[in-house]
Amino acid sequence: MAKSSTAVAAVPRGGSKVTRYNVWGYIFLIPFIAVFAIFTLVPLVNTIYNSFFENYVDGLRQIGPNFVGFDNYVALFTSGDLPKYFANTMIMWVLGFIPQILVSLLLAAWFSNPSLRLKGQRFFKTVIYLPNLIMASAFAMLFFTMFSNVGPVNSMLQGMGIISEPYAFLDHAGSTRGLVALMNFLMWFGNTTILLLSGMLGISTDLFEAAEIDGANGTQIFFKITMPLLKPIFIYVLITSLIGGLQMFDVPQILTDGGENPQRSAMTLIMFLNKHLFSKNYGMAGALSVILLIVTAILSFFVFKMTASDEVKKKRK
Amino acid sequence: MRKSIKSILGTGLAAAMALTMVACGSQGGNSGSSSTTKPAASSQAASSQAASSGNSGAEGKVLNVQVWNEEFISRVTDHYPGYTKTDATSGKIGDVDVKFTITPTKDNAYQNNLDKLLPNNAKADANDKVDIFLIEADYALKYVDADANVAMKLSDVGITKDDLSDQYKYTQDIVTDKNGDIRASSWQACSAGLIYNRAIAKAVLGSDDPAEVQKAVSDWSKYNETAAKMKAAGYLMTATANDTFRVYSNNVSAPWVKDNKVTIDANIKKWVDDSKAQVDAKQTGTGDLWGDEWKAGFKAPGTVFCYFGPAWLINFSMGNAPGSDKGDDGSVAYQGGWGFCEGPQGYYWGGTWVCAANGTDNPTLVKDVIKTMTTDKKVLKEIAMKDSDCVNSKSVLKDLAGSADGNNKVLGGQNPYATLAAGAEKVDMSNTCPYDQGCNEAFQSAMKDYFTGTAASYDAAVQAFQKAVKEKYPSLTF
Repeated sequence: MAKSSTAVAAVPRGGSKVTRYNVWGYIFLIPFIAVFAIFTLVPLVNTIYNSFFENYVDGLRQIGPNFVGFDNYVALFTSGDLPKYFANTMIMWVLGFIPQILVSLLLAAWFSNPSLRLKGQRFFKTVIYLPNLIMASAFAMLFFTMFSNVGPVNSMLQGMGIISEPYAFLDHAGSTRGLVALMNFLMWFGNTTILLLSGMLGISTDLFEAAEIDGANGTQIFFKITMPLLKPIFIYVLITSLIGGLQMFDVPQILTDGGENPQRSAMTLIMFLNKHLFSKNYGMAGALSVILLIVTAILSFFVFKMTASDEVKKKRK
Repeated sequence: MRKSIKSILGTGLAAAMALTMVACGSQGGNSGSSSTTKPAASSQAASSQAASSGNSGAEGKVLNVQVWNEEFISRVTDHYPGYTKTDATSGKIGDVDVKFTITPTKDNAYQNNLDKLLPNNAKADANDKVDIFLIEADYALKYVDADANVAMKLSDVGITKDDLSDQYKYTQDIVTDKNGDIRASSWQACSAGLIYNRAIAKAVLGSDDPAEVQKAVSDWSKYNETAAKMKAAGYLMTATANDTFRVYSNNVSAPWVKDNKVTIDANIKKWVDDSKAQVDAKQTGTGDLWGDEWKAGFKAPGTVFCYFGPAWLINFSMGNAPGSDKGDDGSVAYQGGWGFCEGPQGYYWGGTWVCAANGTDNPTLVKDVIKTMTTDKKVLKEIAMKDSDCVNSKSVLKDLAGSADGNNKVLGGQNPYATLAAGAEKVDMSNTCPYDQGCNEAFQSAMKDYFTGTAASYDAAVQAFQKAVKEKYPSLTF
């Protein structure tokens, strides 16, 4: 390297040394840009293009592609399904996210508090992360079996005399959504804890010590020092979880076996998308994907704007 | 020095990334994939040419068979004369290599695979051409369609109506195209009936004799009366409402779809009404077939009076047979505690059909495989004896019905073949359509909400059904 750089310096063919080094920056960017273009940009443009066509198979017959303009979008919006599945998705996400963030904050605060001197931290960090390592579909199968009418949960409840007849968890909207939320909570609180913990450990201990010397109690330290300084990580967790929530698929899909019962109350947007792929309906699926993209973008923008507004103001000053 | 190590590492990483990129790119692109597969194919061709350079074979050297499980492979291995097994999915017939490709049914994977291969079969490399593929009744019409023309007419293969005369008519109706040409053939006739728990029959109906039990379930009104009696005695009539669905849906007066319009047949509506009444009276449940709730009735002494099923359900799914080397699994089956009768209406469940793929380069061998495996009486008798298939031959079933060979241990020694044969005669499958599988699944799951009370009314459930069908088949109307 030393040799080549001297060679470059020795033969300056126009332009300063800085711009010549910049070229290397672009060269190193090529792999990413190329991968991004091939696997993200092209499919994205292709999806938008496809959404304007009628294009599906009927048995072995291919129908289309025929250009239909915005018909796919009109069909999606007029059928009234879209708001319903969006609501399902958000309800299940919120139900899972609230306990998840509360428990994670609490655990992260405990783990990061040096005065508690918790023993076996590593062990517990590993244990709470474990549910995330199970395949979501396997986890959903487990819950499906546990909460079936003849499953262990029902027989336990009956044995304890709480209910006299098996409760059909998966025949009721509330309990089905609740189970999905519970699973998402169990799977993701460990991951969130680790993220928040790293954020908390990044806060300088000087600040905590100064606060303690000033006589602040634990609650005050948490709300006045930890939380404000944790904001960037918090925003990150919120946005990734929101996007993950909008893409919720495997858990409800397996738990409800396609989401048609009860009354499609646990059908998420991606499960709806999946329904269109039965007939390889690229037009309809494309339109739905485009809508999803827009919704995700808007939601992420709002969340970012809301939580980052203070910092933006500060910077402007 | 350190700097140079870093730079080497850096360029190395960049190179690695670029390489993977190139590799991915070529896999994605069409030109790339053909260039990667070609060498393999040509070397295969070269080696097979070398192997058979001595003979003048005008036909292909490889017989490709598309299947979804190992059932047909083991039938061919055990019963096709001259087949020698090389490994689990390949073998040899004479100097022709037989290659089975297994693609599981789940999530339409098997059909998607066929959809990719069959339309281009004529253009495929000689050794990659599909020669034989199997289909199930649920989607049979899609592949025997005259316009799609992916399965050859059996008459073109060289199998005549005479060859097929001993088969049951319904097994041919399912695979007959709109011009009346038969395009597939099956070795199974999966006519089914009502399988009842003998102990419960004795306790509630006073007898476990098939003829007596049949009197109590001979039509739907008697069946419903018996259901009430079962409930009064503390038993379920069936484990789930879906048990009876096939019986009703096999006896419709018109197909699900006619001229792109979906209609709910009167007999299907009757299933909804009868089942709703039974679910409300707690005479049956709403679980899925094959689910834990459904299987609960297999355990001795049993809480469920009856199941609906064909011979394979009795032999393979309800528990170990008496004296089985797998031991006592606590099932009713192990005690030989089931009985078999015809039930309220004739119907069938399951079955595998063999098709000759259009574009095959082994027509003679294909003809012989299909003819031997599905019409040769000696082979069919062997299959019935060894694998307990209810075979698609009137004369073989008649043989079995009249001999102790047909006695079934799970059924307490009862010989079900006379009933099965009579049932197979009665099955009428002229009202099938290519959309059956999707419509049946969507209808059952929509009606589940009506049975459990989650859907407010029958009409609401029908709307849910229509929505699901529209998603699966955008071209259909209501």
